[in-house]
Amino acid sequence: MATSVRATSDGSPRSSRTDPSKSRKSGAPGPPGGWRAKAFRLDTKASPYAYIAPFFLCFAAFGLFPLIYTGWLSFHEVQLGTHATWVGFDNYTALWDNSFFWTALRNTFTLGVISTVPQLMMALGLAHLLNYQLRARGFFRVAILAPYATSIAAATLVFIQLFNPDYGMINQFLGHVGAGHVQWNSSKWPAQIAISAIVTWRWTGYNALIYLAAMQAVPADLYEAAALDGASRWRQFVSVTIPSIRPTIFFTIIVSTIGATQLFGEPLMFGGSVGVSGGTDHQYQTLSLYMYDKGWQIGELGQASAVAWVMLLILLLIGAVQLLVLRNNRRKLGS
Amino acid sequence: MAQLTQPIPSTGPRHSSPEPRRRRRVRAHSAGGQQKAGPIAYALVILATVLSLFPLYWTVVAASRTDTELVTPPTPLLPGSHLIDNLKIVWDQVDMTTALINSTIVAGCVALSTVLFATLAGFAFAKLEFRGRNALLTVVVATMTIPPQLTVIPLYQIITNVGWVGHIQSVILPSLVAAFGVFFMRQFLSEALPVELVEAARVDGAHSLRIIWHVVFPIARPAMAVLGMLVFVQSWNDFFWPFIALNQQNPTVQVALQGLGSGDHTINHAVVVCGALVATLPLLLVFAVLGRQIVGGITAGAVKS
Repeated sequence: MATSVRATSDGSPRSSRTDPSKSRKSGAPGPPGGWRAKAFRLDTKASPYAYIAPFFLCFAAFGLFPLIYTGWLSFHEVQLGTHATWVGFDNYTALWDNSFFWTALRNTFTLGVISTVPQLMMALGLAHLLNYQLRARGFFRVAILAPYATSIAAATLVFIQLFNPDYGMINQFLGHVGAGHVQWNSSKWPAQIAISAIVTWRWTGYNALIYLAAMQAVPADLYEAAALDGASRWRQFVSVTIPSIRPTIFFTIIVSTIGATQLFGEPLMFGGSVGVSGGTDHQYQTLSLYMYDKGWQIGELGQASAVAWVMLLILLLIGAVQLLVLRNNRRKLGS
Repeated sequence: MAQLTQPIPSTGPRHSSPEPRRRRRVRAHSAGGQQKAGPIAYALVILATVLSLFPLYWTVVAASRTDTELVTPPTPLLPGSHLIDNLKIVWDQVDMTTALINSTIVAGCVALSTVLFATLAGFAFAKLEFRGRNALLTVVVATMTIPPQLTVIPLYQIITNVGWVGHIQSVILPSLVAAFGVFFMRQFLSEALPVELVEAARVDGAHSLRIIWHVVFPIARPAMAVLGMLVFVQSWNDFFWPFIALNQQNPTVQVALQGLGSGDHTINHAVVVCGALVATLPLLLVFAVLGRQIVGGITAGAVKS
């Protein structure tokens, strides 16, 4: 029982003591078990770190280092291939005084809201519908996920055609129902709505499937209890389903927020030749586009780095706000 | 406002409660789906399906029409006969063959390496005891929130210095690992891999590489396949960094599409949509064949442990 030699307590086989002792430091009273047991113990201790090492090494090289280096660059004036000159907070004050930066910040916010909020609400409703007993449920699930398989570039190129003010299908349809002729490219809100439609089309089904998975993990007796208490279906949805999948809703809000903050490809390609400036009046230039404009069109990498770090600060701010809201919710619910 | 309905704590044997009004078909995986869908639910689900699929269908329509047909209302709703002509023009305007090969190489390498490293790390986080495990896992999840915009500027400086602008290794290297993959494999292996198996192999004296090869990989295989598909799709569709790191001489499919649509030549709308079709079709075929597994994979990674 517990009186056995220690060499077997770590599960290693008893090795015969006839190995060449070259692997043991002579004179050092090694633990019983010989070199194989030692190697085995080392293997057990070290192998977890060996398994996670590739991820952390790659992340350090291609994630953490560039992230910090971007911060360092943001305090310098630097072009591609030139030496960086320290300028302190100049890049940040230049942003503060630049009206296009504020436009980009506003656009990022409004585009983020109109592409995220309706999307997640529709996804929630769709997940609820898919949670009923449906015929051909497998087909429906694959079908609503199909837009996820299209790329930003491909989807945008197709939606440009649909939203074309002169011959696009959407204006034709609006003409049929007697609505006016919408300028989907040149006026601000229509352009932002068209861009958010691309985002919403690509991601609603994906988020619906995530909600659906969470809904299916809700215990059935909760619904039974609610039904016995006379709760209507709507009441069950509001009082049972939504509270039960709250963590998942929170998760999708975070992921979608991060995605909306980095909106780049959709407005770039939606604008065609004026994509980088986000339309002729910068009416849909996002922070990402603004950063690309600074870094790759004008070639000021320091200023582009400052934009990137502003994005990081915004994300941290949003994250903090969301955490506070979550905490408050928890406290209110008393769970 | 909305009060939480507390679950009735089941104490001992249940009393025979009054029969619920609806009979439920007991499904192993379905909890909330006890209700049959009514006609309104069907109508809404079908509407959502149509909205999801119509742009894809219309891509096929527009890709097989001429530019003139496309820009004269009413917009065509049925496929035409110009698909082959448009494909020829696509290949004339951008190097689509190179783009398809590049995208396949990039997405393939990224998927393979992500799956391999994610399985190793996911196994360690799921089943092995080591100091700092929870803190490191938190770090992994936190890295998911860093947008690529925060890393591209130094990366671009580096690939310029080593002369890799326009070479696909500059797109492959930064995406060799993915935090999402580590998290995904950890979720799967926590459930699917009995810790006794690992311990038994240890007692038999297997060293850790043998345990990985003979115990972990066989059990993780289905999840590895799903993760591989998800990462392949993501990598194939990736736009921001490839757009910066590559150029029209040696593009991925997405970068080639951007070139097609950005007006380096007279824009032929039908040809542009045709290019979009070429870029999307490989993945749609994958979806048509393996859609169910992909759906299962997306939902498996979402449920919190």
